[in-house]
Amino acid sequence: MARIELKDVVKCYGTVEVLRDINLDIKDGEFIVLVGPSGCGKSTLLRMIAGLEPISQGDFLIGGERMNDVRPRDRDIAMVFQSYALYPHMDVARNMGFSMEIRKDPANERMSRVKQAADTLGLTALTERLPKALSGGQRQRVAMGRAIIRDPRAFLFDEPLSNLDASLRVEMRLEIARLHQKLGATMIYVTHDQVEALTLADRIVVLNGGDIQQVGSPLELYERPANKFVAQFIGSPTMNVVSVTGGKNKVTTADGVAIALPHLKGTERAVEMGIRPEHIDVVDVNAGHLIGIADVVEHLGSDTNIYVDVEGLGPILVRKHGNIPAKTGDRLGLRIQSENAHAFAADGVALRQTNTNEA
Amino acid sequence: MTVARSKPILTAGKYAALLAYLTFALFPLYWLLKIAITPDQLIFSEGTTLWPSSLTLDNFRTVLFQTDFLYYFGNSLYVSLGTAAATTLIAAGAGYAFSRFDFGGKKIIIAIMLITQMFPLLMIIAPIYKMVASLGLLNSLTSLIVVYTAFNIPFATFLMQSFFDGIPKDLEEAAMMDGCSRFQALRKVIFPLTLPGLGATLGFVFTAAWSELLFALMLISKNEAMTFPVGLLTFVSKFSVDWGQMMAAGVLALIPSCLFFIFIQRYLVQGLTSGAVKG
Ligand SMILES: Nc1ncnc2c1ncn2[C@@H]1O[C@H](COP(=O)(O)OP(=O)(O)OP(=O)(O)O)[C@@H](O)[C@H]1O
Ligand SMILES: [Mg+2]
Repeated sequence: MARIELKDVVKCYGTVEVLRDINLDIKDGEFIVLVGPSGCGKSTLLRMIAGLEPISQGDFLIGGERMNDVRPRDRDIAMVFQSYALYPHMDVARNMGFSMEIRKDPANERMSRVKQAADTLGLTALTERLPKALSGGQRQRVAMGRAIIRDPRAFLFDEPLSNLDASLRVEMRLEIARLHQKLGATMIYVTHDQVEALTLADRIVVLNGGDIQQVGSPLELYERPANKFVAQFIGSPTMNVVSVTGGKNKVTTADGVAIALPHLKGTERAVEMGIRPEHIDVVDVNAGHLIGIADVVEHLGSDTNIYVDVEGLGPILVRKHGNIPAKTGDRLGLRIQSENAHAFAADGVALRQTNTNEA
Repeated sequence: MTVARSKPILTAGKYAALLAYLTFALFPLYWLLKIAITPDQLIFSEGTTLWPSSLTLDNFRTVLFQTDFLYYFGNSLYVSLGTAAATTLIAAGAGYAFSRFDFGGKKIIIAIMLITQMFPLLMIIAPIYKMVASLGLLNSLTSLIVVYTAFNIPFATFLMQSFFDGIPKDLEEAAMMDGCSRFQALRKVIFPLTLPGLGATLGFVFTAAWSELLFALMLISKNEAMTFPVGLLTFVSKFSVDWGQMMAAGVLALIPSCLFFIFIQRYLVQGLTSGAVKG
């Protein structure tokens, strides 16, 4: 019912194309997260789905119906704005019930829905306040309440948690996950936050410069990034990338260390190798692939980050679980878990893995 | 007021400065009132004493019942209210369009509106007279409303535009997502938030029209169509500058302006949009 499809969608401002060839098929009830660097077009894409921004080219369908030219009010989509956009002259209850007021739903039904939503969001005591008398987190919840009050076909969220402090973010993130489970509605969610993206999404859409880089489940993006951009964008801390020379089933680093990569196809074309910080082991000096000097050691409690200066390759970040007794200045051997390594061709495209049957 | 507690001298200084300014600004008004209630024979004899030795309301009585003052007053009220209403209505529409839409010629229209504000009024008074005369509207209050409206629209439009600019676009969009048409969003969300802007514009235009003299003098020569500022001049000729009555008329003329601002001042309170966005 609320399947959302975008076919060859293009968005231009004047002569500038800000989104190109967007193809997305969002299943009913799916939780899609849009990520990408600032200015890549996430908000624009969301606003086109909402109907607030005209679509320059291509087709946009909801439930199989073409919706390009349908007014926002007739799309039956709710949106939580990045700025919350609460009506400042209306109290919390009226803010939340506004859509039902406009639809001329019976007042008693509206009241009970508002009360229900306020209970769900922990706003019961605040229903008579004006937005200006609310904290950021409370405003955020009112904005959410305004969306859930009318069970729409789809929800759009534009960085709803970006202005909240860390603990409130975690709380609201769980709230949104719970909401999705309860309502089972299609949700499209824009965020800059890795953790939000990885924990909430059924599928993540990675955008860069107006193009979709990859669409896939969080694990898929983490394990099989389609290109260097996705590889470096997904995962925190960022994947290490070093220049290599390709060879048959192996790559060779600048200082002549060969690393066997039998799980990748076409390693002859590789010009760079990517390895996530958590996929490097610290070993005895001569037992690993690389040798380097620990430059900075960060003890995070649960993890240890070691920035290792490897001669000829530059800095490599190693992340290990637990507390590693390393200190600045230590000479360390690094062993690359080659089965978890990625390799990229000259155009940045990731070499495919032999054990998956991707098309 | 942490400031008040920690720096009493600074606070006292601030109030002293405010007091000095108020005295300066309100002194002419005080003088107006003083002369209005001073008996005629004392005006010159007592000179510049701050308070006359005896008071009278004769001047008010004469002005109200023995001159055409009430007539002028009504004319002025009619013209000023008409101008304020017409200007604000048009300026609100134009300001909204300038603030929210991109359309062909927008820049040119804004430029032209700015240019109209650059000419000294004296330069265009003759052509305006000819136009109004050829329309047969001389000596009619309608002509004043039309001319005042035309003159006030550019400034009022920019004023309204800046008020609309101050209302986040997200609010309208949120309303549209909530099921409003653009017009409903305007009426239910934007309009209530623009009340301070509408109030300010109404007040500004009303006062401008209320005290306008040049065009009124030019376009009106018949007594029954005179507005108050023109009528005030009749005190000069008829009674060889009757200061007491003139000042009494002036005091009375302040009343509608004051009432008007008392009426709209609650819409002028700031901060109506606070809380809309996570600032
Ligand atoms: N009205 C406009 N006219 C011209 N260009 C625009 C307009 N609105 C947005 N853009 C451009 O479109 C691109 C995408 O903007 P968008 O707001 O979608 O980015 P975003 O991915 O949401 O960024 P952020 O993460 O910072 O919110 C940007 O390069 C921006 O400059
Ligand atoms: Mg954005």
